[in-house]
Amino acid sequence: MNEIEYHAAAKTDEIPEEDVKGVVLDDEEIAIYNIEGEYYATHGICTHENIALADGFVEGQLIECPLHSACFEIKTGKAVNPPAEIDLKTYPVKVEGDTIYVGIEK
Amino acid sequence: MNEDRTFLIIGASQAGGWVAQTLRHEGFEGKVILIGEEPYLPYERPPLSKAALLGEVTVDSTYFWSQETLDEANIETQLNTRVIAIDRNVKEIVTEGGTRMGYDKLAITTGARVRELPVEGADLPGVFYLRTMENTLAIRDAVKDGTTAMIVGGGWIGLECAATLTKLGCNAIVIESADRLCGRAVTPEISDWMLEFHTSHGVDVRLGTGIEKFQGAGQLERAVLPSGDTIECSVAVVGIGVIPNAELARDAGLEVDNGIVVDDRACTSDSDIVAAGDVTNHPNALLGRRIRLESYENAQNQGIIAGKAMLNKAEAYSELPWFWSDQFDANLQMIGLPKDWEETVTRGDKDSNEFVTFYLKDGVIDGAISVNNPRDLRIAKRLMLGKKQVTAAELINPETKMQGLLKR
Ligand SMILES: Cc1cc2nc3c(=O)[nH]c(=O)nc-3n(C[C@H](O)[C@H](O)[C@H](O)COP(=O)(O)OP(=O)(O)OC[C@H]3O[C@@H](n4cnc5c(N)ncnc54)[C@H](O)[C@@H]3O)c2cc1C
Repeated sequence: MNEIEYHAAAKTDEIPEEDVKGVVLDDEEIAIYNIEGEYYATHGICTHENIALADGFVEGQLIECPLHSACFEIKTGKAVNPPAEIDLKTYPVKVEGDTIYVGIEK
Repeated sequence: MNEDRTFLIIGASQAGGWVAQTLRHEGFEGKVILIGEEPYLPYERPPLSKAALLGEVTVDSTYFWSQETLDEANIETQLNTRVIAIDRNVKEIVTEGGTRMGYDKLAITTGARVRELPVEGADLPGVFYLRTMENTLAIRDAVKDGTTAMIVGGGWIGLECAATLTKLGCNAIVIESADRLCGRAVTPEISDWMLEFHTSHGVDVRLGTGIEKFQGAGQLERAVLPSGDTIECSVAVVGIGVIPNAELARDAGLEVDNGIVVDDRACTSDSDIVAAGDVTNHPNALLGRRIRLESYENAQNQGIIAGKAMLNKAEAYSELPWFWSDQFDANLQMIGLPKDWEETVTRGDKDSNEFVTFYLKDGVIDGAISVNNPRDLRIAKRLMLGKKQVTAAELINPETKMQGLLKR
């Protein structure tokens, strides 16, 4: 296992409940979500085609791709319906004060 | 389980590919053979008028599944193979080469082919259609910076092609015989927006005229309009609609009516034969009528239902039709197939090319078209499925939180 480094990624008030925000950390595109007050992070690009999931739609535990409507489980990254068949990478998240930190392998 | 059945699929494209994959996902262990006329593994057609025509993606990257993925799933492919008959009495198909192959269950996913332009000179080199990878590669080879390209048909394919060829440096001229663009699919206001949008990007759009004939000495040189005007052009792309490839089914005695008639489980009038994708005429319970769709999502999701139906596991298929199109920097998406709406309202700003137009009927949304706003379109879909009451005033109001409407 590589060591994980936490990066300040967003402020908590930037991401309302059932919403998503895209950020770039360490050259990686990342999408950060708020589900019922808890924050989660996945890779920011759909595994089917090159499109930012931050333009997509959060519904319950799922993010739906804005282009071809593939859905992924936010907490696990699991691809739940086609056209995506490959899971999304997920990242550890921690919140300190009003800052959301996302952990990326060094 | 000792499974020795053979399931054949005619048409190795999106719908056929999903039939095959679904058979494996559902645990079918018999033979699965995808038979297709084209020389390629199943590939995505949307890029044909977009990234692939632009030259931004390779042929391989348009494949739904790589050869390894198909091998791992033990899905056999027989490409370059045209099926010419289905012999239902003995449950065999016949290929153009005369080979007979037996089936226990059969899926017909033969899609659609282009409607040809019945004018003089349409067979000249330089006149193209746009349906296959082969078409796209040929158009790309024929154009260069400064080429004048005549596009016949101002529907989705024509407009996407016009946008892409403009990006490649061509002078794109769109000829549309109706008095507005995409007339069968969108409201007059959206047609007006499209006209303005394409014109502002340098496309020369001519409405209300067809093509009289093409001329040239061994190669397209000009198009002659009914008015007698001529337009010098070395390339023409015709996009005037498609015809379902339903003749195989019809000749085999299956019910055909603007496509192969199937039920909500993708079953044809023969219990051993299913059909899916652009080739089917299917019922849609949400719309309360039969439809034939030419869409990515339908090819995928009806393909999945057809695969399950071959294993007698299908659930009823009924979804709100959804379609998208990319033209220049505009991503358009549509949900529903509104027919007799009462009013339309637009949220957002047409001039900034970011808006959603909602069709309203009986206080609920009956359909929507978005430009560069995929998120509100997805909310519209859920509002439609939930039959949520909404008013024109609240949809227009920028202060309204769309997601909030879902909580009603
Ligand atoms: C240029 C272009 C752009 C598009 N863009 C979009 C878009 O942006 N959004 C969207 O939602 N949809 C889009 N579509 C539509 C979408 O691609 C189609 O709805 C989808 O491909 C239909 O899949 P299908 O498998 O039903 O049929 P098809 O893709 O038509 O495949 C049918 C296959 O069957 C083969 N076949 C036919 N007859 C025989 C036979 N007798 N023997 C053997 N093989 C046979 C054909 O060669 C073909 O490979 C686009 C289509 C095109 C052409």
